[in-house]
Amino acid sequence: MGGLQKKKYERGSATNYITRNKARKKLQLSLADFRRLCILKGIYPHEPKHKKKVNKGSTAPRTFYLLKDIRFLLHEPIVRKFREYKVFVRKLRKAYGKAEWTAVERLRDNKPGYKLDHIIKERYPTFIDALRDIDDALSMCFLFSTFARTGKCHVQTITLCRRLTVEWMNYVVTSRSLRKVFISIKGIYYQAEVLGQLITWLVPYQFAHDHPTDVDYRVMATFTEMYTTLFGFINFRLYQTLNLVYPPKKLSALSASLARVVATAEEEEENQLDQFPADGEDLENMEAREKEQKEQEAQNRLFEGLKFFLNREVPRESLAFILRCFGAEVSWDKSLCIGGTYNVTDETITHQIVDRPDIDKQYINRYYIQPQWVFDSVNAKMRLPVEDYFLGVTLPPHLSPFVEEKDGDYVPPEKLKLMALQRGEKHVQEEEEDDDDDDDDEEYNDEVDDEDLTEEKNLKKMEDQRSQGKTLAVKVTPGKVKPWETGSVGNKVRLEKEEKAEEKRLAIMMMKKKEKYLYDKIMFGKKRTTREANKLAAKRKAHEDTSKAEKKQKKAKKQ
Amino acid sequence: MRLWNELSYFTCWISHQARLCTPPTRLCTPPTRLCTPPTRPGPALYSTHQARPCSVLHPPGQALLCTPPTRPGPALYSTHQARPYSVLHPPGQALLCTPPTRPGPTLYSTHQARPYSVLHPPGQALLCTPPTRPGPVLHPPGPVLHPPGQALYSTHQALYSTHQARPCSVLHPPGKALYSTHQARLCTPPTMPGSVLHPSGKALYSTHLTVPGLIQPICFSTRLLTRFSLSPSFLSQDIRNTVGNIPMEWYQDYPHIGYNLDGKKIFKPIRNKDELDEFLDKMENPDYWRTVHDKTTASDIRLSDEQVDLVHRLQKGQFGDVNFNEYEPSVDFFTNEVMIHPVTNRPQDKRSFIPSLIEKEKVSKLVHAIKMGWIKPRKPKETTPQYYDLWAKEDPNAILGRHKMHVPAPKMRLPGHEESYNPPPEYLLTEEERMAWEQQDAEDRKLPFLPQKHSCLRAVPAFSRFIHERFERCLDLYLCPRQRKMRVNVNPEDLIPKLPKPKDLQPFPTTMSLVYIGHSSLVRSISASPTGQWLVSGSDDCTVRFWEVNTGRCMKTLEVGGAVKSVAWNPNPAVCLVAVCFESTVLLLNPGLGDRLVVSSTDQLITSYEPPEEDKEQAVTWALSEGPEHDNGHRLTLTHPKAVKQVVWHGKGDYLASVMPDNSSNLQVLIHQVSKRRTQNPFRKNKGLVQCVSFHPLRPYFFVATQRYVRVYNLIKQELTKKLMTNCKWISSMAIHPGGDNLICGSYDCRLAWFDLDLSTKPYKMLRHHKKALRGVAYHKHYPLFASGADDGSVIICHGMVYNDLLQNPLIVPVKVLKGHQITHDLGVLDVTFHPTQPWVFSSGADATIRLFT
Repeated sequence: MGGLQKKKYERGSATNYITRNKARKKLQLSLADFRRLCILKGIYPHEPKHKKKVNKGSTAPRTFYLLKDIRFLLHEPIVRKFREYKVFVRKLRKAYGKAEWTAVERLRDNKPGYKLDHIIKERYPTFIDALRDIDDALSMCFLFSTFARTGKCHVQTITLCRRLTVEWMNYVVTSRSLRKVFISIKGIYYQAEVLGQLITWLVPYQFAHDHPTDVDYRVMATFTEMYTTLFGFINFRLYQTLNLVYPPKKLSALSASLARVVATAEEEEENQLDQFPADGEDLENMEAREKEQKEQEAQNRLFEGLKFFLNREVPRESLAFILRCFGAEVSWDKSLCIGGTYNVTDETITHQIVDRPDIDKQYINRYYIQPQWVFDSVNAKMRLPVEDYFLGVTLPPHLSPFVEEKDGDYVPPEKLKLMALQRGEKHVQEEEEDDDDDDDDEEYNDEVDDEDLTEEKNLKKMEDQRSQGKTLAVKVTPGKVKPWETGSVGNKVRLEKEEKAEEKRLAIMMMKKKEKYLYDKIMFGKKRTTREANKLAAKRKAHEDTSKAEKKQKKAKKQ
Repeated sequence: MRLWNELSYFTCWISHQARLCTPPTRLCTPPTRLCTPPTRPGPALYSTHQARPCSVLHPPGQALLCTPPTRPGPALYSTHQARPYSVLHPPGQALLCTPPTRPGPTLYSTHQARPYSVLHPPGQALLCTPPTRPGPVLHPPGPVLHPPGQALYSTHQALYSTHQARPCSVLHPPGKALYSTHQARLCTPPTMPGSVLHPSGKALYSTHLTVPGLIQPICFSTRLLTRFSLSPSFLSQDIRNTVGNIPMEWYQDYPHIGYNLDGKKIFKPIRNKDELDEFLDKMENPDYWRTVHDKTTASDIRLSDEQVDLVHRLQKGQFGDVNFNEYEPSVDFFTNEVMIHPVTNRPQDKRSFIPSLIEKEKVSKLVHAIKMGWIKPRKPKETTPQYYDLWAKEDPNAILGRHKMHVPAPKMRLPGHEESYNPPPEYLLTEEERMAWEQQDAEDRKLPFLPQKHSCLRAVPAFSRFIHERFERCLDLYLCPRQRKMRVNVNPEDLIPKLPKPKDLQPFPTTMSLVYIGHSSLVRSISASPTGQWLVSGSDDCTVRFWEVNTGRCMKTLEVGGAVKSVAWNPNPAVCLVAVCFESTVLLLNPGLGDRLVVSSTDQLITSYEPPEEDKEQAVTWALSEGPEHDNGHRLTLTHPKAVKQVVWHGKGDYLASVMPDNSSNLQVLIHQVSKRRTQNPFRKNKGLVQCVSFHPLRPYFFVATQRYVRVYNLIKQELTKKLMTNCKWISSMAIHPGGDNLICGSYDCRLAWFDLDLSTKPYKMLRHHKKALRGVAYHKHYPLFASGADDGSVIICHGMVYNDLLQNPLIVPVKVLKGHQITHDLGVLDVTFHPTQPWVFSSGADATIRLFT
């Protein structure tokens, strides 16, 4: 009892946070410098748990930084460099104003610069930390490398980004670490597994950018500055792990140093095999891992022995990158870009990738396929049948490899088909059957109960049932309820069910308010997902119905 | 470094030399002072490096031209020619002064400003070129005394060398104004504060003169004058009125307007011009346009042609002097032509043509340093960043320099099927969906983009928002507040409490077995006989009906005088009495059902009453029924002062409580003793609107439910034992557990509160099972069951087990929801009651039926 009266907001969370303006004043930095510092040092605002407490009772919207973060910035040597730079700019302006050109030159020579090495080391104490956080750096550098060399940022930045990204791609090719690729409407997504970390990045399509006006390029440039530094060190380290010299020379066409690439890849494999028995763990685990490893290896050799030729209309860099990653040989027309190793006329070419409806002169001993085949094959981890991807053929839908369906999610039928293919079931049969079943599909659905089904059909049925969802199930029940009612067994089952439902309802009545709220929320979410899945399924069904009807009409017209 | 120091020293030294060679200007002034200069400085003069400030005095009305003191040094002269001019006009007393032109900043720093002052005595000018230089200069006017007005102008003890100054003071006659209380002290530096009090007492001027410097020998008055003469506000100042530059409204209340130089009052004109005069003057006077009103003398002054001309010229920004030519041919003082004769005759120094030894030494040092490789040419800066193995010595245990509050940025969401360039058809938006998408705000959209299908890769265009998205990601990374949120990952099934199965808690009523039909309006209240054979119900159709429980037959119908609010069967099985309340009457009926012995003994009990000797005044009147009413079964009629809402029996069957809800009096609850026909009001104070009351089944406790609280009174000790907070808005009904330690309260806000009286005064459980207001609650006498009926037409049966072990809390499990009553006029079930022996429940509803659930 007694003692000093505790004052409000002088302890606890109120003292752990600081508003942005106060932080700025404490650091004596302009807003722009503060922003730059935050970006470089990776300082971000925190949302306090009790905003009102932190805000000293006010509910005004404010962003809060952790006081520790700001204290951490106080001793940052780069702050001094910022100030030096500011002084430099002032001096330069003065010299310009006075037209003292020698002074300008001298100042220019002594332009203060700063290095971010220590910041990178501080932010990412270990290499893996850095690698984990490289997604954004990759996407940003790939974006900057596609910028035109005019205006928006320094040419050096663009060339540096380009250099770093090409180095990265070469590393991925060499280490054969690409896993998934996806053509989206935004660009091409790649996912690689580097040292056990899944790294995803997005590369825009090769078009001139329509630079928006509402984007602050200074922010982007600051980020890029940090990212290039990080990226360079990561590349260095990665090349070091492959026993390669960094920086490599002449890489831009993604074709150089191919021989060396192959050699290193083989070496690596040997290494991995050696390591295997050393792992002493549970047998099952090991087997599973072994299986995975084998699959992985199989995927890495997906295109090995194949010889590709890229037509000029396909995205050369992306395809060459992917194909190389899986061991194929790639070439392109010499007039397109340097680095093509063989010509169209080469008889040993197995696949030619074409993205036009038809081509005049076709060689008989090679497949002419559309680029999607490459992407789909990589995602399926197997060479897909080329028939679906021939010239002029309507392509099958391109699915995202990043989606992992859980229970109750909608799975597009193409994915089911693909899963069946991966399990080694034949694809052709199904198609024939499909044609046969075209007319009496609905009857077939009702009759299937007793028939022996292939697994695939089973799948399809499940899918149908699932896709028909609740609305359809309701429709069916009136017909089926009757036999139940007459039969005593069915009656019992139904009663039991009802009883259970009632029990549950009564139990829910007894839930506490808080839990009830949570329960309702969860159930709402569940219902929403099923509703969405049902909607997708219904849409698909409608689409298939219309396309079938169209087909029939066509047939009728032909006859 | 050492080298650099030496070099800088060298440059300093050179500049110092340069400074030294500028000849001292100050020395040459005194002679110029004496010679009256020609109007224009001639080039010949300047070549001799002598500064000649020259001043020209014009007779009144002419300009005083003054060239600034020239400075030796060629740099000065080439860039600068500053000439302040001041022009004094006699009639209007305008002192014009063009400011000194300023050619360049370098000049300004060296320029010495010279104030010029002009003093007009009645019409004379005091010209004062400031004493640039020391040297005894005597100013001609000296102290000027104005005889009439006691004005002492210019106590200029113009002996500059001796620093003597005379303060001057001016006394204004009308109001004791002492201008410049400058204590005149000889030979003291003129740093005297002065204060001026104006006649009307409105202002106290204080002038603080700090003139300690050597170059400040200008005395007070001249300085003032100078300042005024330079300031434009003083242009209109007329010296003929000696009040000075004051707001003239201070003289508003006086007949005069000031004092002339003779110290005489200047009187205001007799009649001021009004607007009309002004207008007429404007129309008629051809010189109106050149007439200026002089505020100080309150007279109109007609400007002469010259003055008008002057004004015009000033307006145009020209010089006041017509004769002044501002575009004089420039005189090149130093030509580029090499003249035959040197400017000075001094021979060149020796050092200017022999090589410097010091320089030689320095150069040789430099050469040596270069030879030795100490000085290297500047390396071009490395522009490409250098990378190395940053993590060569990585320490996995290294603390991040950060703290545990660090929240890593979430990764970008991975794309789904809908983002594909060729998605499955179900992912494409239909026409309506697309419209909806377009109409939504960008933030509300579930997908930030429109899914599109392209037939081939070639046809895919660039994504227009690519840079935007990247930028937004950047913003998120450094601007977005981060918070670690725990994701609730629970199986919803786990949230459902594990309760014993209703099946294991049987028996409880499950199905509707009988419907008692007969009433024509809502059945407010029901009650079962203690044997369980009969049921009594009271309805709004003013009847009380007696039913046989097992058959549903209506045994008896009794008409009473009003809508029956409550019925209660005497719980004593040896007595066959039913209490019925309607309007302000409580009726005790003997229905004559069941055992005849019981019926007759009941009648006997009532008739055997002997009135006490002394009649007490009672709150109600007890009346014995006779005649046809007696035949109908009426036995006793208790006429209350107010409308009765509820009657309830004590467990022994002798006492009866009736409720007359009334917020304004303490007469709300009455307890009657039937055997003694006695009535008492247990409460002296009104504690709120009583909703219902109940007796404790075993102990002498009495429960009174007001709107929000239930009060438990000890009837023997006559005190309040407990006050239960129900947390409800409005209690509707209440029931006591047969054990007596638990209580349930139904409320109109859909809640049922279970109190464990031993536990707390707050509800042990709040049950929100019903969707609408609860109207009736009941406990079963033997089985661990309780029921609640509500306006949603349902009766919910709960298993409410009370254990003998005090440490174990009651177990409450809802076991059945019974439905059957129709909702009429938003009312569903109005009353529930259990069968006394069987696990059956009766419910009466607004649909005029009573239902039995077994």
